[in-house]
Amino acid sequence: MDLGGTGFPLWRYLCFDMSVSVLLFASYADALGARQIEVPVTAPCAVADLVAALRQLPGGERLPAKPLVAVNHAFAQMATVIHPADEVALIPPVAGG
Amino acid sequence: MVTAPIDVSHLIGTAQAAGVGALSVFLGTVRDLNDGRPVQGMDYEAYEAMAASELAAVAREVCDRTPGLRVAIEHRIGTLGIGEVSVAIVAAHAHRGPAMDGAREIIESLKQRVPIWKREHYVDGERAWVDPTRAGQVPLEVPR
Repeated sequence: MDLGGTGFPLWRYLCFDMSVSVLLFASYADALGARQIEVPVTAPCAVADLVAALRQLPGGERLPAKPLVAVNHAFAQMATVIHPADEVALIPPVAGG
Repeated sequence: MVTAPIDVSHLIGTAQAAGVGALSVFLGTVRDLNDGRPVQGMDYEAYEAMAASELAAVAREVCDRTPGLRVAIEHRIGTLGIGEVSVAIVAAHAHRGPAMDGAREIIESLKQRVPIWKREHYVDGERAWVDPTRAGQVPLEVPR
């Protein structure tokens, strides 16, 4: 739902509880003991809020304060707002090749 | 992104074309020593959907900078033994300079931003994820 066609969905202005599904890989999956984790957060939720919530979980203290995060397959900034249906992934330092 | 051994000849064939006068092939292989520690194998893991799209973006950006460049790239995931090919990059161009530069640009960019990770199997039985940022390499900057 838009606010008068402004392009800003109404739910961005509301506070409500939501759950974000986060994909974990490599050393971060080992740290939290899972490859996918459901994180309860309050909307609106920025990447920084999600990271803070993850760092409260058992093993979460092994995550860096500002890990790389991808939202819908694109690298996101700490201020990027996460929408309920987004695909969110924590990206450890990459080491391909 | 593939799980089976990389067929380099086939990859070369996909980059070959009538106007190509130079093909540069880069192969990354698993070596038996890292930081002085004997290694007997490697696990490669990827965020497959994003790795495929980032690899395509890397290829597109390099090709945009180098008109006439044709590239073919495969990265393998799963468990690899010593000497096995983990990544193959073929860059083809009418001339050798752009072909060789193209292959180099692609592997450097791949190592910077494509979400792939590797875990070394040491001969002493321990296994550890490789963290290139610990070796003094520049980490990918995004968080703000």
